Amino acid sequence: MTKKNTPEDQNKRDFLQVSTYALGAVGAASFVWPLIDQMNPAADTLALASTEVDLEALEEGQSITVKWRGKPVFIRHRTKEEISSAKDQLLDGLRDPQTDDERVQNDKYIVLVGVCTHLGCVPLGQKSGDVKGEYGGWFCPCHGSHYDHSGRIRKGPAPTNLEVPKYSFLSDTLIKIG
Amino acid sequence: MSKPKFKNPVVNWIDYRLPIFTFMNHELNEYPTPKNLNYFWNFGSLAGITLVTMIITGIVLSMNYTAHVDYAFDSVERIMRDVNHGWLLRYIHMNGASFFFIVVYIHIFRGLYYGSYKAPREILWILGVLILLLMMATAFMGYVLPWGQMSFWGATVITNLFSAIPLVGESIVTWLWGGFSVDNPTLNRFFSLHFVLPFVIVGVVILHLVALHRFGSNNPIGIDVKGKQDTVPFHPYYTIKDLFGLSVFTTIFAAAVFFFPNFMGHPDNYIPADPMVTPAHIVPEWYFLPFYAILRAIPDKLGGVLFMFGAIMVLFVLPWLDKSSVRSSQFRPLYKLFFWILVIDCIALGYLGAKPAEGIYVILSRIATAYYFFHFLIILPLLPRIESTRPLPVSISTPIITASSNASTVMAMREKK
Ligand code: HEM
Ligand code: FES
Repeated sequence: MTKKNTPEDQNKRDFLQVSTYALGAVGAASFVWPLIDQMNPAADTLALASTEVDLEALEEGQSITVKWRGKPVFIRHRTKEEISSAKDQLLDGLRDPQTDDERVQNDKYIVLVGVCTHLGCVPLGQKSGDVKGEYGGWFCPCHGSHYDHSGRIRKGPAPTNLEVPKYSFLSDTLIKIG
Repeated sequence: MSKPKFKNPVVNWIDYRLPIFTFMNHELNEYPTPKNLNYFWNFGSLAGITLVTMIITGIVLSMNYTAHVDYAFDSVERIMRDVNHGWLLRYIHMNGASFFFIVVYIHIFRGLYYGSYKAPREILWILGVLILLLMMATAFMGYVLPWGQMSFWGATVITNLFSAIPLVGESIVTWLWGGFSVDNPTLNRFFSLHFVLPFVIVGVVILHLVALHRFGSNNPIGIDVKGKQDTVPFHPYYTIKDLFGLSVFTTIFAAAVFFFPNFMGHPDNYIPADPMVTPAHIVPEWYFLPFYAILRAIPDKLGGVLFMFGAIMVLFVLPWLDKSSVRSSQFRPLYKLFFWILVIDCIALGYLGAKPAEGIYVILSRIATAYYFFHFLIILPLLPRIESTRPLPVSISTPIITASSNASTVMAMREKK
C-alpha cells in the first residue's frame, strides 16, 4: 500500500501543484478582468453622437460654448489681431510647442475642448467680461493657468495646450465636432 | 474556563458553544489598561462611535437617495424638505463626516505626540493610516452624491489628479469616469463605493483593535506596563471615562447639527451641478485642505500629485523614520518643540489650501510643504543624535519612589503636571 516517496513522485507532485496554481491564477485573472473593464465607457457612452454647430451668426470677436461628450467645447471667431498674435508667436519658450496652423483648420475659427489640461476646470474667457489671463486667450481660475489666442498653455500648472477636438467643416460656416 | 463563568445560565450555555461572552469579558471588561491614560485616549472610541453613526445615517439616507444625475440633487433636497426627519439625518451625516475627521486627526496627533507608532505598535499605526486613506476616499465620494457644483467640480479635479500618471494616466481617468467626463456612470459607481467602503473600514478597524489588544494602549509617559500595579480593568474605569468624553462630544456635535449645520460646508454645493461652468473659487472640504495646499504648492502637475500622496505615505513609514527609542514627548524636549511646529505647519497648510493659489499664498504654501517633509524625512531621523532625552521613570506606578533617588525624574514628573 504505502509506496516510497521517490524523487520521481515528488517531481510529479510538484508539477501538479505548479500547474494547479498557474491554472487557478489564469482563471482568477480572467474573472477579474470583466470586473475591472465594466468600469470603462459602455457602448452607448462611446457611441455618443457628434455635435453640429452653425457658425453663421458668430461675429468676429465672439465666442460660443457647445456641449460635446459632456464637456464644453469653445469656438471663437478670432479677430485679426488675435490671429496675427497667435501666428507670430515663436515656438521656443512654449511649454507644448505647436504652431497656430497645426491647431486650426480655418484661421478665423479656433475650436477647443474647454477643459483645462491641469485638473479639468472650465477656463474663463468665453464671455466678453471674463478674465482672459496674461496672454489674452483663456484663464483657468482653479490654479491659475494662462492660455493664448491659440489655446496654448503659456503660464501656470497645466502641462499641455487646450485640446483640439476632432472636427470637420461641412460647409464654410457649419462644423461637425466628433 | 471550564467552570461556569457567568451567573446567567443562558449566557453560560451560549458561551460554551460560542465563546462570545468570554471574548467580550476579556477584551472590554477585564482588559488591563494603563492607569494613567489622559483624555486624548478618548478619541479612539469616539472615532468608532462616529463610524457607526455614519453607517446608520448613511443606510437610511440611501433609502431616500437617487443616484442619477437628473435626480440626485432633487432627491437630497427632498430629503431635506419632505422626508420625515430627513433634514436631521442628512445634517448628522454631513456634519458627522467633519466630526469624524476632527476626531481622527486629534487621534493621529495624539499618536505623534506620545510616540504610539513605535515598536511594537507599527502595524497598529499602519492600519490606522490605512483607515485614514479609506475615510478620505469615502468622504470624497460621499461629497459627490448630492451633485451640487462643489460635488461635481471636486470630483472633476480629484479624478483628474490621476491623469498626471505618465502614459496610462488618461486611460485611468476615463476608466474612473466610465466616460469622457464626470457623469452619470461616475455618480453611480461613487454611490456604490461610498456605500460599501465604510464596511471595509469596519473590517480594518477590527484588525486595528486586534493589533491594539496585543500589547494594549500606549500611555502618556510612553513606557511599557510592568505589571498589574500599572493597570486598571477597562470596565468600569475606562468605559465611564469614554462615556463621559462621548457626552461632551455629542453635545458639541449636536450644537453643530442643530445650530450651525452648514458652517463647515460650502454654499456652492446648494447649486445643482453644471458641467459647463466652474465656480470661481473651488475648494475641497476643510479636511482635505492641507493636502490640497501641498498639491498646489508644487508648480508641476505630476510633482504636485506625488507630493500630495507622499504626505500620507510618510506616515506609513514613520515608525522607521523616527529613530528615537523614547516614545513620549514628555521626555523628548526637542521632539516636543518640533511636534508643535508641525501642528502649526499643518494648520497653516489648511489655511493656505483655502486661499487662492496666487502671490504670497503660493510662496507660503511652498515653505509649509517643504517644512512638512523636512520634519518627517530630516528632523525625525537626525533628532536622536542631538537630543538628550530626560530620564524615564521606572514604571507607571513607581515614579515617585525613583524620584527620591533621582532628582531629574522629579523634574520630569513636575513638567508633566
Ligand atoms: C466612513 C463613513 C462615511 C463618511 C465619512 C461619509 C461621508 C459622506 C459625505 C461627506 C456626504 C455628503 C454630505 C452632503 O454634503 O450632503 C455623504 C453623503 C451620503 N452618504 Fe455617506 N459617509 C459615510 C458612510 C456612509 C454609509 C455607510 C452610507 C450608506 C450605507 C452612506 C450613504 C450616503 C448617502 C446616501 C449620501 C447622499 C445624501 C447626502 O448627500 O446627504 N454614507 N457621505
Ligand atoms: S484646473 Fe486649470 S489650473 Fe488647475
